Amino acid sequence: MPKMNLSHFEAAILFALFTSVVLGVVTKQTDRDRLHYGVYIFVCFVVALFGLGWLMYLGHG
Amino acid sequence: MAKEKVKQKEQKPPAPPVGVWAPAVALGWLVPGAGHLFLKRTGRGLLLLASITAMFLCGLMMRGAMYQPQTGDLLTTLINTGGFIGDLCSGLLYLLTVAFGYNQPDVAGAVHDYGTKFLVAAGLLNVLAMVDVFEIAAGRKD
Repeated sequence: MPKMNLSHFEAAILFALFTSVVLGVVTKQTDRDRLHYGVYIFVCFVVALFGLGWLMYLGHG
Repeated sequence: MAKEKVKQKEQKPPAPPVGVWAPAVALGWLVPGAGHLFLKRTGRGLLLLASITAMFLCGLMMRGAMYQPQTGDLLTTLINTGGFIGDLCSGLLYLLTVAFGYNQPDVAGAVHDYGTKFLVAAGLLNVLAMVDVFEIAAGRKD
């Protein structure tokens, strides 16, 4: 089994990608809505990732 | 007016017969996305299959650990038993991993920890896919 070494950022982006695909597929009724919702969720994940990252950086001092 | 609202709330759609949804849901548990493929939702099924399987394999390659059910204090029970159920929800992926001895011991490290979470999250996403399969099979969703 090959080993995968990812940074926090890469792992979090990968997690966001897979999760948004599944949430997009299972939640909405039409393909157009599914695509929009999947992209929206992914963007939310990325914004939260950067937001929390900066929050921790600034909070740490 | 208020009574009508109460009546509307009480009128739930009748539960579909088990024979209608159980095979699709069981197939969806065993192989992620297979429930959708069984119900002829090919595109969605393939997307689910690819995403959930890739997430599980990434978790394995990051050397994530599988949870074992443990009892003790509330938090230990909740984390380990909940994690075990999450792992188990990946179906055949989990069963094959355990059967072929690919499950790793729990070791310290950020990447391993991410791997463990990827494995559980893959199972939990498969639960969402199974709920979707149930709704499609029951005719509540297209």
